[in-house]
Amino acid sequence: MLELKNIAWSLPGGEEIIKNIDLKLDDGKLIVVTGPNGGGKTSLAKLIAGIETITSGQIIFDGKDITKLDVTERAKSGIAFAFQQPVRFKGLCVHDVLNLAAGEELAELAACDLLGKVGLCANEYLNRELNSSLSGGEIKRIEIATVLARKAPLSIFDEPEAGIDLWSFSRLVETFENLRKQGTGTLLVISHQERILNIADEIVVIANGRVRTAGPREEILPSLLQGEVAPFCPYGKEERK
Amino acid sequence: MNDITKELLSMISDFDEKFDGAFNIREDSSCAGRKSTENIKIENKKDEPGIEIHIKPGTKGEKVYIPACVTHSDVDDLVYNDFYVGEDADITIVAGCGVHSDGEEDARHNGIHRFFLEKNSHVLYEEKHIGVGNGTGAKRIDPVTDIYLADDASMEMDTVQLSGVDTSIRKTSATLGARAKLIVRERIMTDGNETAKTEFEVLMNGEDCAADLMSRSVARGNSYQEFLSTLNGKNRCTGHSECDAILVDNGTVNAAPALEASHLDAALIHEAAIGKIAGEQILKLRTLGLTEEEAQERIIQGFLK
Repeated sequence: MLELKNIAWSLPGGEEIIKNIDLKLDDGKLIVVTGPNGGGKTSLAKLIAGIETITSGQIIFDGKDITKLDVTERAKSGIAFAFQQPVRFKGLCVHDVLNLAAGEELAELAACDLLGKVGLCANEYLNRELNSSLSGGEIKRIEIATVLARKAPLSIFDEPEAGIDLWSFSRLVETFENLRKQGTGTLLVISHQERILNIADEIVVIANGRVRTAGPREEILPSLLQGEVAPFCPYGKEERK
Repeated sequence: MNDITKELLSMISDFDEKFDGAFNIREDSSCAGRKSTENIKIENKKDEPGIEIHIKPGTKGEKVYIPACVTHSDVDDLVYNDFYVGEDADITIVAGCGVHSDGEEDARHNGIHRFFLEKNSHVLYEEKHIGVGNGTGAKRIDPVTDIYLADDASMEMDTVQLSGVDTSIRKTSATLGARAKLIVRERIMTDGNETAKTEFEVLMNGEDCAADLMSRSVARGNSYQEFLSTLNGKNRCTGHSECDAILVDNGTVNAAPALEASHLDAALIHEAAIGKIAGEQILKLRTLGLTEEEAQERIIQGFLK
């Protein structure tokens, strides 16, 4: 289980980005974090992965206090992270990065299987460099595959749908569903997509650096779709009350 | 052949107590072993130190090994090797040089290689350079490579200098005939106070010839690297020159790719990029469980692969 205890994060200039968030994420669930742009979703995900460091509060993962662990240590403790805007590498090929993610030399078949899960025809990609010859959508899908390769207890995907085509997105949704059924780890997905919200076990709505609401999909999604919790506008109905 | 030569050979080639195919091993300015084959004949030059390598027309799939080793200080080895590759041949040449220094005096190898490729022949040329040993004398390797490609001939050069060479000046020139093709892949890493200078000059004389030069380098410590390249398009041709460099610590790289075209249909491009390892790249690998140092090494290793 991941537990965020009253965590906050401010920019060096003092601007508060995350404000006193308390959250518990159960094992084996697919949790979708949604909310308006600039509301703090990506910041929250980066704080969990250790990419940014919280200003105050505590993060407990699998019963251990990981607050002071850096990004490498958190990765080793079982947290995987797929960036919204993946980086490119000159010299590292797709197979190299999948091997690094898996922590072992993956057989070609296993690497192909991972790429297939994100809709890539593996034979064409394994030996390609992760450089500018790949499109944004291709790089994005490879990024997601690296997180799948890690088989981590907690996998975080920051807007996995961004930049990928409709067909690959459908394949990705299937992959998330399958992973959830297997129950091998917790999936934390930041997304605005209704199709991903539709397969969530739980939904967390974040706006203006705070949790607006959180709970089972059946409870949250209807009101979300009707605009009652105003996820897409920080000054929506709830804010105006 | 002494033990240092054996060790150096294993570093710069796939030597495992022997070579399969034709070979000539140069050790401290002398020949430490030679073998010709039916299709590849190796013989001494008559007027200067070095050898001639004659590859029969039509020879396919064979390898020839021409390594040179300097195993101690106070050796200044100069050698002239000429390669004559017959029409329609398609072979691999493994060269490379290892320099071992154990004293105050310099240890140097200066290999001047000339390649004459006849029509429609193809050569894959692999060359690794390395310096080892605890001597305070400089370890120097200064290769000169002159390439002459007849019509429809092609050559791929894969050259690597990864560590321990204190100073290096690498000069490569090529003259291309019609439809000839030259591909060069160079990777250099310098550290400490090492310096490495690379000069390419390609004369693209033949119609529809092509050249692609790519240099990747890493300058660490206080090392200094210089990359100079000139593509000279004298006919309808395509040329591409690229220098990518990563700076670590206080390393310095000076890249100056140049283009000269004297034909309306000469299409020449150059690119040069110098910078440190992007923080995002380090971060990504850290999210995979690597430490910052491991991530940096892995990125450099991949970059120079």
